[in-house]
Amino acid sequence: MNLQTKQKIVKLSIYILLIFLSLVAIVPFIWMLSASFKLNKDVFTYPVTWIPETVRWQNYADIWDKIPLFTFIKNTAKLTIIITLLQLFTSSLAAYAFAKLEFKGRDLLFIAYISTIAIPWQVYMIPQYIMVQKFGLVDTHMSLIILQAFSAFGVFLMRQFYISIPRELSESARIDGLGEFGIYSRIMLPLVKPGLATLTIFTFVTIWNDFMGPLIYLNSTSKKTIQLGLRLFVTQFSAEYSLIMAAALVTLIPVLIVFLALQKYFVEGIATSGIKG
Amino acid sequence: MNLRKKRVLRQNLVAYAFILPNFIGLFVFTLLPVLFVFFLSLTKWDSANPIQFVGISNFTRMFSDSTFRISFFNTFYYAVGTVPITLIAALGLALILNTKIRGRNIFRTVFFFPYVASLIAVVVVWNMLFHPDMGPINGLLSAIGVDNPPRWGASTKAAMPTVILFSVWRYMGYYMIMYLAALQGIPRDLYEAGNLDGTTPFQRFRYITLPMLTPTTFFVGIMLTIQCFKVFDIIYAMTNGGPGRATNVLVYYIYNQAFSEFDFGYASAMSVVLFAIVLIITLVQFRSERKWVSYM
Repeated sequence: MNLQTKQKIVKLSIYILLIFLSLVAIVPFIWMLSASFKLNKDVFTYPVTWIPETVRWQNYADIWDKIPLFTFIKNTAKLTIIITLLQLFTSSLAAYAFAKLEFKGRDLLFIAYISTIAIPWQVYMIPQYIMVQKFGLVDTHMSLIILQAFSAFGVFLMRQFYISIPRELSESARIDGLGEFGIYSRIMLPLVKPGLATLTIFTFVTIWNDFMGPLIYLNSTSKKTIQLGLRLFVTQFSAEYSLIMAAALVTLIPVLIVFLALQKYFVEGIATSGIKG
Repeated sequence: MNLRKKRVLRQNLVAYAFILPNFIGLFVFTLLPVLFVFFLSLTKWDSANPIQFVGISNFTRMFSDSTFRISFFNTFYYAVGTVPITLIAALGLALILNTKIRGRNIFRTVFFFPYVASLIAVVVVWNMLFHPDMGPINGLLSAIGVDNPPRWGASTKAAMPTVILFSVWRYMGYYMIMYLAALQGIPRDLYEAGNLDGTTPFQRFRYITLPMLTPTTFFVGIMLTIQCFKVFDIIYAMTNGGPGRATNVLVYYIYNQAFSEFDFGYASAMSVVLFAIVLIITLVQFRSERKWVSYM
């Protein structure tokens, strides 16, 4: 066998392997999509019929009556937007100071921030809950907002983006008489837009998909988020397979849209947080 | 006060003002609770009745608590299964996607999506796909002649491997991205030098790629291990810790003790144990990193 055919065979087997692995990654979603359009009794027929004989759109209408799905989506959207905005604001401010300003105790404080990232939330969720309970905020959206709006990770991530901006830019603005807040808001923020986009998508996905936080803090159905709602649906209508699949798919759509639109920033963000600073 | 001192003071105050909004929140809702958990671990408290100081009895109680022992063991079992398989899968995918192939970005998106998708939604599909009696996976296995296909999440023996399999499927794309970034950071001329010396692709992988990737491997290793030790929602959604106690893990048990039994003291003591484990893992991996990692 000559070298060229050998290379071709290697290449072909790589493609076959890749396609097989992609199928493993994606088939559950295709199965979900297919099942969501089936009659309930047809969900588990074997061999799997990937394209249902009659496409049942009715499933997507029924799910809204079974549980207050719209309320769940509204609650989640509200939390996601407020928390993301607060995170962007507080993180970009603090990160600017850590990256571009000289002050007493900077390095020590930054080490404290980094260590906070390393401590899992599960370690201190109990005292945190007791605090929130004493504030009388259990079963309010405010509880999740105040707990998730201040992130050490956000500061770390934004700092990575500020650092790459040359010092001369802020120096010359300072000579022109611009105050620190002016430099931050008019010069720096526009330059770290990729960082802001990265933090947005990270926070969006985290808050939208958050399960344990809402599970602990939200009790009344009218306040629950989409993840709790889907879970509720699954436990209440455990045999309505096609409806469950339709509801599950609905919860995935916002994440899918944001992910496909901002994927580039997601990938950059993971790469950035993976580089050790 | 002279002018210079005044300026430095002003500079400090401006910087603190920038940090303050974030710092207040972080201090009150993260730092204080972290300190408070140590105190709570020495008490018996349901947050309604008066708090009782009980010394280290919460910690000694763990030794005689069989559910704690089981959940402690299960957490290690989960980590020992998940970490290496995810690491190898992520590295493998990254190596393949780092070659010149068509549709790289599409493949990357496909592998990454399970990580972004909402957990509850994907767990629900998995539980249907892996349903022991009706699921298409066992349908397929029977069709190709497997007599007694595994009962997956429904059997004591197979439940944890099923959870591990799911975790690998969900996490591998995320760590693949980290490896991809690291692979792109390896200088090209290293390989060119390797090419000139007439090396095989395997030798180049063994003596160039792998050593250059060790910092990433350590970082990914730490992140993954910690992620495994704090696993909760996968367990809650997939198996509820069962069947029996087969997939009861540390955080799941902590959650139950705290928010079902309202035994905040005991739950806090277990949180301190979790903290200690995470700390030890981080320190050990950083220490051995100094020994093994070549930064070149």
